[in-house]
Amino acid sequence: MTTDTLEAAREITLVRGDSPWRQAWRRLGQRPAALVGLAVILFFVGIALAAPLVSPYDPIATDWLAVRKAPSLRHLFGTDEIGRDVLSRVIWGTRASLLAGLVSVSIALALGMPLGLVSGYQGGIVDGVAMRMIDAMLAIPFLILAIALAAFLGPNLTNAMIAIGVSQMPVFARLTRAQVLAAKHEDYVEAARALGNPDRRILLRHILPNISAPILVQATLAIAAAIIAEASLSFLGLGQQPPAPSWGSMLNTAKNFLSQAPWMAVWPGLAIFSLVLSFNLLGDGLRDALDPRRG
Amino acid sequence: MTTFLARRLALVLPTLFFVSLLIFGLQQLLPGDPALALAGEDRDPSVVAYLQQKYHLDEPLPMRYLLWARGVLAGDLGESIRIKRPVLDLVVEKLPVTGELAAFAILIALSIGVPMGVLSAVNHGTVVDYAATMTALWGLSIPNFWLGILLILLFSVTLGLLPASGFVSRAESLSHNLATLAMPAFVLGNAIAAAMMRHTRSAMLGVLSADYVRTAGAKGLDETRVVLHHALRNALVPVITLAALDFGALLSGAVLTEQVFTIPGFGKLIVDAVFNRDYAVVQGVVLCTALAYIVLNLLADIAYVLVNPRLRG
Amino acid sequence: MKLRRGVRFHDGEAFAAAAVKFSIERHLNLPGSTRKAEISAVTGVEIIDDYTVKLVLSAPSASLLAQLTDRAGMIVSPKAAQVEGENFAAHPVCAGPFKFVERVAQDRIVLERFSDYWNRDSIKFDRISYLPIPDSTVRLANVQSGGLDLIERVAATDVEGVRKDPGLKLTAITGLGYSAIVINIANGERSKTPLAQDVRVRQALQLSIDRAALNQVVFNGEFQPGNQWEPPGNPYYVKELPIPPRDVSQARQLLAEAKQPNPTVELMIPNTPELLQAGQVIQAMAQEAGFRVTIKATESASLIQLATKGEYQARLGGWSGRTDPDGNIYNFVACNAPLNDLHYCNPEVDRELDAARTVEDPAERLAHYRRVAQQILQDLPLIYLWHNKWLWAATPKLAGFTPYPDGLIRPQGMRLE
Repeated sequence: MTTDTLEAAREITLVRGDSPWRQAWRRLGQRPAALVGLAVILFFVGIALAAPLVSPYDPIATDWLAVRKAPSLRHLFGTDEIGRDVLSRVIWGTRASLLAGLVSVSIALALGMPLGLVSGYQGGIVDGVAMRMIDAMLAIPFLILAIALAAFLGPNLTNAMIAIGVSQMPVFARLTRAQVLAAKHEDYVEAARALGNPDRRILLRHILPNISAPILVQATLAIAAAIIAEASLSFLGLGQQPPAPSWGSMLNTAKNFLSQAPWMAVWPGLAIFSLVLSFNLLGDGLRDALDPRRG
Repeated sequence: MTTFLARRLALVLPTLFFVSLLIFGLQQLLPGDPALALAGEDRDPSVVAYLQQKYHLDEPLPMRYLLWARGVLAGDLGESIRIKRPVLDLVVEKLPVTGELAAFAILIALSIGVPMGVLSAVNHGTVVDYAATMTALWGLSIPNFWLGILLILLFSVTLGLLPASGFVSRAESLSHNLATLAMPAFVLGNAIAAAMMRHTRSAMLGVLSADYVRTAGAKGLDETRVVLHHALRNALVPVITLAALDFGALLSGAVLTEQVFTIPGFGKLIVDAVFNRDYAVVQGVVLCTALAYIVLNLLADIAYVLVNPRLRG
Repeated sequence: MKLRRGVRFHDGEAFAAAAVKFSIERHLNLPGSTRKAEISAVTGVEIIDDYTVKLVLSAPSASLLAQLTDRAGMIVSPKAAQVEGENFAAHPVCAGPFKFVERVAQDRIVLERFSDYWNRDSIKFDRISYLPIPDSTVRLANVQSGGLDLIERVAATDVEGVRKDPGLKLTAITGLGYSAIVINIANGERSKTPLAQDVRVRQALQLSIDRAALNQVVFNGEFQPGNQWEPPGNPYYVKELPIPPRDVSQARQLLAEAKQPNPTVELMIPNTPELLQAGQVIQAMAQEAGFRVTIKATESASLIQLATKGEYQARLGGWSGRTDPDGNIYNFVACNAPLNDLHYCNPEVDRELDAARTVEDPAERLAHYRRVAQQILQDLPLIYLWHNKWLWAATPKLAGFTPYPDGLIRPQGMRLE
């Protein structure tokens, strides 16, 4: 081992002053759209956590005399087809939608990233076989795969989240692998290998932190897609089942009452739209902020 | 070049094999018995037995896979249990419908996405950039089935301008054909417009800072000409190739759009088949779309390599 | 049985006794025929002369005539059926007022007027197109915009709007079927529940439900509440056993007597919006009497199999209905009958049902069914809740549309003005 390489390795650890993350954070701060997105997301998270405190009524409490009533002071968002308060259901539904987004993407990451890491780093037959299976999953249109999986597992929210998560897995596997392939030949990896680090350490300690930026961006956008996917599955009857509230299943019921009770569809639809838009804005902002080329 | 092509082609087969395994497994392991579902309300046991035997539902799983795979290799995708017609016939019948919807949608997506992307890139960082980004993003953020229903309420029920559902082929009447596709294509195209916009924007940003553009600007050429002729032409290559890869997204979007607008295309065929446990249809159609997706990917890869020789090898 | 003279099939062949014999035997013998169970009493068809046939039965069958007014009695052209074989259903050839033109799967079925129809003066249309549109909102939008002339199955909650719309005309009639809570009495492990084992728990469940309110909330009052397999007003409805009103305190008392103050019930429901709504209303109503109902929404395709295997505690189901009362009760409660997935079995009930099948006099049949009803409404293996109404919305230009309880649209006499 030459002195040059040792010095190079030491340099890597010394130049931590202005980390790329801090730079990115500053750039993100300059983007109002992304900040608005972040603020809206935090707002919804707050609502979800504080649901029991904020919700005016029990979301599954029915009231025969107040079926499909227009918004009023008693029911700010109106009531639904069996007399439940729409505002309460939208508030409690935040939990299901946020959960759908976060859990699905977590599953996708938990399955896809290790696969991509190993596949990209090992190469060879492992890579070949893994990538053919990933290609196969990508070749089947996302929603169709999710529908087949959800039908296979049974119609409820948990299964819908698993179905969506598994359907999103290939994208993360592919992305991780591509990043690993590019990073494999970078100087810092060569140096770490030269220093005698075991493969696993290199993967986890050196490569992973450096490739997490594009994965983070993709994850944010994937959450948006997952929330819409849950609404789509519920629209087809495969997601959250009644009487538990979820924006998607609320829309599924609301479509039968568009002319008599449009408020049933307006509020959940607006909620989905704002939350999904916020994640998209945040993801877009992150992508711009984390990519030095776009500056 | 030929080795590159040969290598990529060789990869197609194992991928298709995995696709067939995946979709076969997902279908056959779905709970519920199609023979029972098809035997009708009366559930006559002799009818159930007859259907089970006719569609090999009483055979063990690996046997059923082999029977199906053998048929596929011979060009026989099986028969729809529900519609009682060969799957291949249904594919040939429905493909042009979804194809037309998709083409129309891509046109709309390009006409929204590309100008937005150009605007955004040229006015990078300004209010115009953000406004354009928002407009494209809203299409990505709105559930397409939801948008569809709202449009029906507005344009069909309230204004009576467009038909609420159904499909009329070009052969029958061009004006009706366009009328039935207008709303669904808009709904479908909306979602993809955002992707188009992003592709265009990033491609343009990359190209605008390239040397030859700066040189052209230095030569004193009018800025708009520079943008349109040089930058856009070069930016469009990755955009078009990436558009091919959005094919999967198109089909996903088509599933719900066709459901809402009752368009007898691929998407509706698949969804109904999943719910009716019409195994052969789902397997056959997914296999076809997978093949198309793989071929499109291959073509896109070839296009990339042709444009950038450094990627070969 | 005497046959009408001067009738032709769409392919020009003459309609006569040979065709009737062929068709009925085809319904009985074609592998996979779903008509076999309906006319299983027929063992043979004898040709007496060109316009007279004799149906030989294995036992007297009171419901046979009703079955012959449905699909089992539809006569097909023997020549076409023999030529087409298995593909006959793709382009059928029969003797009705309209002949088949084309069918595009999931898009449309088109029929064209048959000029040689025996009652041709009653037919005023040249073409009929049937468009399958699964979504009720979209169907309604189509008829409102003038894209369609007639739609069926208007959603109950849309009826109010249709009545008020001067551009639409509503037609309604109570259907032949019913919707009920089916309780798994004795099919497998899942029938070991308080609900299945103790009749008082079942009676308590019935008493906790307000059928009129259920109808009001879910169907805007448009459907017909009921407590038997025939709707009130039907000649075979047992008037002596009217719909019991809601009585929550009596329900609680029964549960206390049964030492089950808070029984849990898993209610399996097909995931169609109206049934899910009804299920939620039932859940809320039953809760007031102490029941803890959980709803298990299930895809229709899985549900049938689960039901046959007994993998449910209770389910919310329906039956499309048959003209003859036998078709609405026999196969559901007779021991080992094909649709009796609840495995209810009472030999007395079977005796009465068998008798009702073979007797011709309506008053005598009603007496048998009265005894069946008394037992069934005591045991409550099924809790009948409501009967759907057929609801059609049409352009006001459509005249002469007569509704039938079987829901079929009969074009004779209909015209567009």
